[in-house]
Amino acid sequence: MTESYKTTGHLEEILSKGLFAVTSELTPPDSANPQEVFDEAAMLAPLVDAFNATDGSSAHCHMSSISICSLLTRLGYPMVMQLSCRDRNRIAIQGDVLGAAAMGVSNILCLSGDDVTAGDQPEAKRVFDFDSIQLLRTIRIMRDKGTFLSGRKLKEPPKMFLGAASNPFMPPYDWRALRLAKKIEAGASFIQSQYCYDVPRLKSFMQQCRDLGLHELVYYMVGVGPLRSEKAAEYMRSRVPGVHIPDEIVERLHKTPAVRQREEGKRICVEIIDQVKEIEGVNGIHIMAYNQQDLIQEIVEEARLLPRPVRH
Amino acid sequence: MGMGAWLRDKPGFLERAYQVSYAMIRWMRPLIVRVGYTRAARWILPLERATKRVLFQCQMCGQCTLHETGMVCPMTCPKHLRNGACGGVRSNGNCEVIPDMRCVWVVAYERAQEMRIFGPEMITIKPPANHLLKDSSAWVNKISGEDQSQPKGWAELPHNPVIKKRFLEKDS
Repeated sequence: MTESYKTTGHLEEILSKGLFAVTSELTPPDSANPQEVFDEAAMLAPLVDAFNATDGSSAHCHMSSISICSLLTRLGYPMVMQLSCRDRNRIAIQGDVLGAAAMGVSNILCLSGDDVTAGDQPEAKRVFDFDSIQLLRTIRIMRDKGTFLSGRKLKEPPKMFLGAASNPFMPPYDWRALRLAKKIEAGASFIQSQYCYDVPRLKSFMQQCRDLGLHELVYYMVGVGPLRSEKAAEYMRSRVPGVHIPDEIVERLHKTPAVRQREEGKRICVEIIDQVKEIEGVNGIHIMAYNQQDLIQEIVEEARLLPRPVRH
Repeated sequence: MGMGAWLRDKPGFLERAYQVSYAMIRWMRPLIVRVGYTRAARWILPLERATKRVLFQCQMCGQCTLHETGMVCPMTCPKHLRNGACGGVRSNGNCEVIPDMRCVWVVAYERAQEMRIFGPEMITIKPPANHLLKDSSAWVNKISGEDQSQPKGWAELPHNPVIKKRFLEKDS
């Protein structure tokens, strides 16, 4: 990588050593009880290098990403705090970045955010004061120039390893690699991509990235996840924004008896990991196993990703 | 097909029209300065609103980036992204939020391909919108320099050298 803004974070350490990284999403509880968060983190801790705390993904509200980070950084877990532009304006966002750094978050994933209409409260007001690229740039300004966006000085700038999303699976296809370049210029050091179910498409995208030299500028982690059933696959590709699942995958689940579909979904996930691992420019995977966290152990085992490097 | 739609599909022509009108505005600058920005805006605004609404469904953000975004108004994106496209685009190229509408950024990228002068500007990072300029005249703001007003801290950061070399330096 060209520039190094060393955080003390475990994720940055692993990626900068050239090791294959594994991250996973935590299920944000619909509960005021922190126990679920603690239990899931304890279960996943030996399996992954960092957890993502999602920020109202699919525009559904759950426990907020910053509060999950607050619970888990206290226990020393490495967190990736997701920060979306949908619900907060620039004033709230910059305050949250400082707070996150103060409690020991070293990684922020900067997202535009799914639109409010994707969720169960589509009547909500959308904010989008920033887009993801402006968000990246703003945090980079805070980190590298030590000021707020207003120019006001920070006493102690937040040290952050900045991440962004990437979705090579949706149009405008030829723009996607260029947009990645734009995110790198804005400040992204690592990427966690949208769910990959279309490896050939990812391959041609990574080829474009290599042609542009982007693979040397950013750590690219590919998003993967087990499909629970044919029905779940159909739901995801029609209702979850930005998810592309090719017909072959749905067909494969369709041909599997209902009771074995979950197993087949997991197998597809492991196969995809095996394939993407071989692609030059891919530095890790990001597992999004919505409501199927119990499968993560088998997935990382079967993909031969264990044991994970020790945390210091 | 209306006149607006017909013209919208001529991005190469539109970017040249932009160049010409920009030159004209610059030429009129002394007059506008003498009249005063506020008074000038009084007669420029209705004209601007009428033409840009028909042509681009302009949302009057007051800081026009049209020529840098494929001659497509980024404020017609339901998420108001000025650096799109987001990851929510549908596989048919339509918008995540409005399923029957083509994604503004899919169109922007297509049109930028046909724009020799400003097409490559798609890659530059657009600063966050200044909401104080909403409903003011972008043309007048262009002359007064108001539309360049970025947040104070949005200062120059060193470019990523590879990105700079590859995308930001003009080929000579």
